[in-house]
Amino acid sequence: MNGASDQRLLEVRNLKVHFPVKEGSVKAVDDVSFQIQAGETLGLVGESGCGKTTLGRAIAKLVNPTDGSIWLNGEDIAAMSGAQLRARRRQLQMIFQDPYSSLDPRMTAAQSIGEALEIHRLGKNAEDRRRRIEELLQSVGLDAAHGARYPHEFSGGQRQRIGIARALAVEPKLIICDEPVSALDVSVQAQIINLLCDLQRQRGVAYLFVAHDLAVVEHISRRVMVMYLGKVVELGTANAVVQSPKHPYTQALVSAVPQIDETAERPRIVLAGEMPSPIHAPAGCPFHPRCPIAVDRCSVEVPALREITAGHWAACHLAT
Amino acid sequence: MLEIKNLQLDFRSSERSVRAVDGVSLSIGDGETVCLVGESGSGKSVTALSIGRLLPTPPAYYPTGEILLDGRDVLKASKRELRALRGRGVSYIFQEPGASLNPVFRVGAQIKESLKLHRPQAATDAEVVRLLKLVGIAAPETRARNYPHEMSGGMQQRVMIAMAIAAEPRLLVADEPTTALDVTIQAQILDLLVQLKRRLGMSLLLITHNLGIVGQIADRVAVMYAGQIVEIAPARQLLRRPLHPYTQALINSAPKLGATADRLANIPGSVPSPGAMPSGCRFHPRCTKARDDCSRNAPELIEVESGRQARCPYWNQ
Repeated sequence: MNGASDQRLLEVRNLKVHFPVKEGSVKAVDDVSFQIQAGETLGLVGESGCGKTTLGRAIAKLVNPTDGSIWLNGEDIAAMSGAQLRARRRQLQMIFQDPYSSLDPRMTAAQSIGEALEIHRLGKNAEDRRRRIEELLQSVGLDAAHGARYPHEFSGGQRQRIGIARALAVEPKLIICDEPVSALDVSVQAQIINLLCDLQRQRGVAYLFVAHDLAVVEHISRRVMVMYLGKVVELGTANAVVQSPKHPYTQALVSAVPQIDETAERPRIVLAGEMPSPIHAPAGCPFHPRCPIAVDRCSVEVPALREITAGHWAACHLAT
Repeated sequence: MLEIKNLQLDFRSSERSVRAVDGVSLSIGDGETVCLVGESGSGKSVTALSIGRLLPTPPAYYPTGEILLDGRDVLKASKRELRALRGRGVSYIFQEPGASLNPVFRVGAQIKESLKLHRPQAATDAEVVRLLKLVGIAAPETRARNYPHEMSGGMQQRVMIAMAIAAEPRLLVADEPTTALDVTIQAQILDLLVQLKRRLGMSLLLITHNLGIVGQIADRVAVMYAGQIVEIAPARQLLRRPLHPYTQALINSAPKLGATADRLANIPGSVPSPGAMPSGCRFHPRCTKARDDCSRNAPELIEVESGRQARCPYWNQ
């Protein structure tokens, strides 16, 4: 099953990213499997330290996976390196949280975007590349004349637009967006989210949208995946995960989001304690020390991710 | 207990002068929680820092205005009076607890330092432990001996709160206290602030850009845009029926959990920089309801209903 039969763009199987430390290893990503269809947005949420950023980076091969496979368009890139990997990278680009530190301060916007074109030898000549850069700037809502400016001359929202243009330059099939709007003000955040949605509609690009803000993720994603301490604890349609979360952690996460519209009094679950250090991950279910409904079994046996209702998965012994 | 009247704040350098706050008036009652809301550059943080005179002069100057804390004008206070007023009058907690704590001292010693300054007779180990317990830290005797880096962000923020309340302030100013924290920890810290406010009889000024937090915690809310307050109202009323177009746009542009809207309403353009304010109403270039005269006449903040003020002459249209 290499995913040739359907629209499967990315398939991650049993991916592990472990970092060695003095006392053993940090299991930043521990046995994660999922798929992304072409043109789809999969949201990935979780709190700091849950492994969501490492997972995104491992798929982009910015960190090397310890074990498992990453099938991109039917090819496993997990073990690739060098020229082999560079050729595949065109299909997969990344947008980062802080557009200021991910753009070279000494390069103009046009140079930053042009560099991507040159590396992948896109565009027939300098004139063709110049035309492409202008089109890209316009497609992200900037002026062609903005190309001559340096990063410090732009606002945060505009810089993120340049980051998006640079990612789009090589016409990728999948963009990994790592907290792309969390450094932006609410009004600008809405502009960037709408832009990402428009670009997806026009170009059919798929997103892995990594963020900690559940409302943003729900808005932009078709399906949502929740991580806790390196493991996927829930996966389902955005609507199902937010409206009827199956895992006690997701339930607490949803209830903790402060809502503007508090007309319907929601039961708030305030979790005790904090996420344990991944160096000393608890035995059994990683969430059991904080779980309000944990039973004896939870501290011994690791729950498998299982399908609770059609298309809605949760890793909890007690979920129904 | 706090009354800010027509406050103006300039930042001056040899080359230029920039007005960051322009005519802000705001009051906070005993035991009241007020939220100050706005985007980056709206002037909300510098307004709050002015209450304790935490902005150095130069570059900060106050051309007009009064900040009355229990009847005394902070802007006219001497250095000595300011020392007394900081801590017992007003205490602060900030967004990045890790950056506010001293990395080379144990947290217990830092809390004791705060006690020595503001309540010297209570500067004991027992009081430090009591404060740590009060802010919900388990095993306070052990934790007092920790260095900041041995604690998580949420725990560091609890320590900051312990230091702030050590002085038994009349007003606690919390500037984006949960922005750097995860949402489940944010819920814990907000609960703690509300509970401490009741127990200690403080007033609370919370600065945030998150309107969801406003609904959860505030009695009243003031919305700032480009150095001015554009709307003040009881929190629930403001969230349910915002009157100023900026407040309306701000609420509409935030994605809501469980909402099915296909597109987010966005506000075109971006916040003007203090050096280049638009003429007339400062929001008019981004306002979908702007009329011709909005670019000429600068609107006043007017009382539009009992307890509600808005800076828009067309608020009811």
